[in-house]
Amino acid sequence: MEKQYDFSPLNLSAQSAGQEAAAPSAGYWSDAWLRLKKDKGAMLGLGFILLLLTVAIIGPMLSSFSYEDQNFLQANLGPSAEHWFGTDSLGRDLFIRVLYGARISLAIGIVASLINLVIGVIYGGISGYVGGRTDRIMMNIVDVLYSVPTLLYVILLMVVFKPGLMNIFIAFGISYWLQMARIVRGEVLKLKEQEFVLASRSMGANGSRIILKHLIPNAVGAIIVSLSMSIPDAIFTEAFLSFIGLGVSAPMASWGVLASDGVNTIRVFPFQLFFPAMAISLTMLAFNFLSDGLRDALDPKMRR
Amino acid sequence: MLNYLIKRIGNSIIVLWVVMTVTFFLMHAIPGGPFTAEKSLPPAVKANIEARYKLNDPLLTQYKDYLANVARGDLGPSFKYVGRSVNDIIAESFPVSLELGLESIFLALLVGVPAGVLAAYRRSRWPDRAVNLLTTLGVAVPSFVLSALLVEFFAMKLGWLPAAMWNSWASRILPAVALAAMPMAFITRLTRSSVLDVLGQDYIKTAKAKGLSTGAVLFRHALPNALIPVVTYLGPMAAGILTGSFVIETIFAIPGLGSYFVTSIYNRDYTVILGITLFYSAIVIFMNMLVDLIYPLLDPRIKLGEREE
Repeated sequence: MEKQYDFSPLNLSAQSAGQEAAAPSAGYWSDAWLRLKKDKGAMLGLGFILLLLTVAIIGPMLSSFSYEDQNFLQANLGPSAEHWFGTDSLGRDLFIRVLYGARISLAIGIVASLINLVIGVIYGGISGYVGGRTDRIMMNIVDVLYSVPTLLYVILLMVVFKPGLMNIFIAFGISYWLQMARIVRGEVLKLKEQEFVLASRSMGANGSRIILKHLIPNAVGAIIVSLSMSIPDAIFTEAFLSFIGLGVSAPMASWGVLASDGVNTIRVFPFQLFFPAMAISLTMLAFNFLSDGLRDALDPKMRR
Repeated sequence: MLNYLIKRIGNSIIVLWVVMTVTFFLMHAIPGGPFTAEKSLPPAVKANIEARYKLNDPLLTQYKDYLANVARGDLGPSFKYVGRSVNDIIAESFPVSLELGLESIFLALLVGVPAGVLAAYRRSRWPDRAVNLLTTLGVAVPSFVLSALLVEFFAMKLGWLPAAMWNSWASRILPAVALAAMPMAFITRLTRSSVLDVLGQDYIKTAKAKGLSTGAVLFRHALPNALIPVVTYLGPMAAGILTGSFVIETIFAIPGLGSYFVTSIYNRDYTVILGITLFYSAIVIFMNMLVDLIYPLLDPRIKLGEREE
């Protein structure tokens, strides 16, 4: 982003000061990608997530079943050539329901994380950039909110709102941004004393421009790592909420809803739990591997 | 020390007050009162009930009443269970949850710490890989799925342990294991990485150079320092065990506070939801405070109240 000014003395001084760790360049990203490529677990996770996304988007279009078609003559059938994952108690094809569940669960994970990202980046960015008393007050508010289990807020919000996809987005979005705000603030605090910020300010850039154009892009590594951890968290939390009856409403079904339905029939039709549970667990594993790999690749200081 | 303690307690009270205010107004933002479900109620009866629970007072008056009551330790009546107060419900069911929670914490530490030490000591060898695989699985499987599998296998197929209820010692095993799985995985990873950290330090080299046995180096010299991060985890762990208990107690039909909380969510029993939320928040805040106080005792390098930096 700084490139558009072509402010060459800045680049020179940054390099001579040996601050390449704090100012990611094209080299930073290709290095990170090289490191990530070497990590088998992370690549496996990335591959699985991409595959899952593709199947979740395209799969339902190719199937002859829909997630809400009921057929009582074919209720509770085991896996077969026609119904790959079997059918549920209302005769709905489980394979297609798991695919639709993937859409919903992934959407929850991604949208909730993006809302957190926006709130967290703005809040943390302002707090870190302005500093002083403002920073202390803003971070005290975060500390206060942080000392109560986030899940309790989400439960309360879901009790107040009606269960549903939109409300899950909102409840997650306004509950889980604290971590992101802290990370962004920390990065901004570290970066704002550097010379390129001073250079930009001396050219008349205002606070919001400096935060958005200069500080945030430099903190992207830490933000991505945090995002890759918050997506599976959201999916997991939604599964938990579905279990206590606060998830998405029928006939839509997230993986959490499918799995908690499956828990009720585990004695007679174990496959109805097996497939959704498998889907959740594999996705969690994939995201875990990927975020571990990303952390090692993007944030060499955090490596153990 | 005393100053710090007073400041911490003051802070905690402010946090609790914020939680209380937010939850109070959230609960009252819900369209319709707690009795809207019973449509067949005659207007006179409804008015009577609302008068009895003071639901027609101005919101601010209700808020003040609630604050005053909570300050006296009275969390109000339940709307769904006539004649029972939130205090009764907590007094009756919390001991059960507490027992289950302590058993789980104990189990998580008992397995997690040695497993973490083993993994660190045998780094990149098969014990490390096995531990790594298990902890990854522990984080990836939702607790209700794990509980269902445990019940299916140990209670139904093998018939070794009871599937539900809360009466014999055997009935404690499955729920405690299910509840402990997640924190156990965390503790194992935490212990592993912090033992690895400590093992690289100079004083460990000194201990080895003195000719001490591996066991003495690991357990007498490395472990005490390595456990400090684990102590920090006690606060979040308490929160995790609390929220975990909602699911576990519901599945195993345990008459604890967690299953009450879930029931009150189903019933939309607002005062109970509010009261239990407040109670839980107080516990977690207290645990966090405790950790902050214990911390400098364990690690003389840290001064009171400086953990954040």
